[in-house]
Amino acid sequence: MQQHNAGSGGPQIVIEGVNHLYRPPAGRPVLALEDVSLQVRPREFLALLGPSGCGKSTLLYLIGGFLPTETGRILFDGAPIAGPGPDRGIVFQHFALFPWKTVRANVLYALEKMGPPREQRAKRAQSFIDLVGLTGFEDSYPSQLSGGMKQRTAIARTLAIDPKILLMDEPFGALDAQTRHLMQSELLAIWRKSPKTVVFVTHDVQEAVYLADRVAVMTARPGRIKTIVDIRLDKSDPNVAKSSAFIDTVDQVWGLVRDEAIKAQEARLSP
Amino acid sequence: MSLLIRYLPLVFLAAGWELAARLGLISQLALPPLSHVALAWLEMLKSGELLANGASSLWRGGAGLGLAIVVGAALGIAMAWWQPVNAALGPLVEVLYPMPKSALIPVTVLWLGFGDGSKILLIFLGCMLPVTLGAFNGARGSDQALVWSARSMGASPLRMLWDVVVPSALPEMLNGIRTALALAFILLVSAELIVAREGLGYLIGFLGANGTYDAMFAVVLTVAFLGFAADRAYQTLMHRLLRWRE
Repeated sequence: MQQHNAGSGGPQIVIEGVNHLYRPPAGRPVLALEDVSLQVRPREFLALLGPSGCGKSTLLYLIGGFLPTETGRILFDGAPIAGPGPDRGIVFQHFALFPWKTVRANVLYALEKMGPPREQRAKRAQSFIDLVGLTGFEDSYPSQLSGGMKQRTAIARTLAIDPKILLMDEPFGALDAQTRHLMQSELLAIWRKSPKTVVFVTHDVQEAVYLADRVAVMTARPGRIKTIVDIRLDKSDPNVAKSSAFIDTVDQVWGLVRDEAIKAQEARLSP
Repeated sequence: MSLLIRYLPLVFLAAGWELAARLGLISQLALPPLSHVALAWLEMLKSGELLANGASSLWRGGAGLGLAIVVGAALGIAMAWWQPVNAALGPLVEVLYPMPKSALIPVTVLWLGFGDGSKILLIFLGCMLPVTLGAFNGARGSDQALVWSARSMGASPLRMLWDVVVPSALPEMLNGIRTALALAFILLVSAELIVAREGLGYLIGFLGANGTYDAMFAVVLTVAFLGFAADRAYQTLMHRLLRWRE
């Protein structure tokens, strides 16, 4: 267990004994995460998979520094997380684009904080708009775009600042099935071209198995890491999702999630 | 063309006005013919009376409303973003909001006298709360994910406030400002009618007291038109500022 030498091949993110108490504005506090420990290696694609309400997004927000870590600790490159920063880019389920900014202005926003000269910023923004296939929509406002195009913009905006890790909070959850499949394969293609540490929250077993190197299965509330499944599939094969190995893996992971999903449902039915 | 059709009822009203006065259906003392009113208007324009008093009113209204917008917006956003500010000022805003602000006319005169100062203070106080409430409600509705996005892209908390919370508050704040604009006209004319030595409201009161009713109606119509034009111009501006909403 080498937890402190983040530089040379050690884990990039270390999560140790993290609990999180969710305090709703009204009502009783709820234990959202219980004793979560997990390590994320550099350049790996890790999926956090679990039923809704299991605290997987909460864990992502803790890594992002949007919520304070109260018990336990989270280290990023060896240092505890103290607030959000551009080293950890995030993509949200509902896109979180600035509705008053055009596609170009949205992508430029983050770059403006980073300080390269104006011309370089414009060039870089354009190259990421091109990368996600939005060439020609630079001057559109988010309200004029489809859900898929909005999420492409959000991905371009996050990738443009070149974060060390990419946090994705059910990024394709609000898209229709076809767009979702398309976006999954495009994300995988982008990631294979320039691998980056990704923590990807989802409740979709197929999506997790298709995208991730490892799938961390979480329990129903309070969320704990139930088990971690290594995915050994050839992601360069365009037909991987039709292979029997893929189908078997999905079955295996689904078996692990199933009980938790049922528990989560029961918890919701009986208060 | 469509503009003409849209305002056709006004043309009928004007014709009815002229006829009613000319035919003696209504006493010319109560309602001078519109043509007389128009002539009186031209005369006042030539003598400079209208412009001098109009400029005075415009300055008071503009300064009061401008202050109300700046202070009101800042206050509303501060209340939405810092709980202690809300705890301190929230109840105050709640109690003062429904108060008829014209009740403050004597108070502001007591404090600042008969000149511009008391009118500007009155309009500032009277117009601030709708802006504050609009900014407050708008800022409170800021999307958490947008706030977090800006922070994760390197915006400092204050910078984020300007980049995310202010534009998020804009639609509701602009509606509040529209209410404030209408209020500004009401308060301005009332205050000038009661205690002033110049301004369009003063002119209305002065001409009415002198019995020059055609000139008085001319000023009343001028105020009505200014209010309409200001609201129209404001709506155009609002539409431009919010064009991202589709």
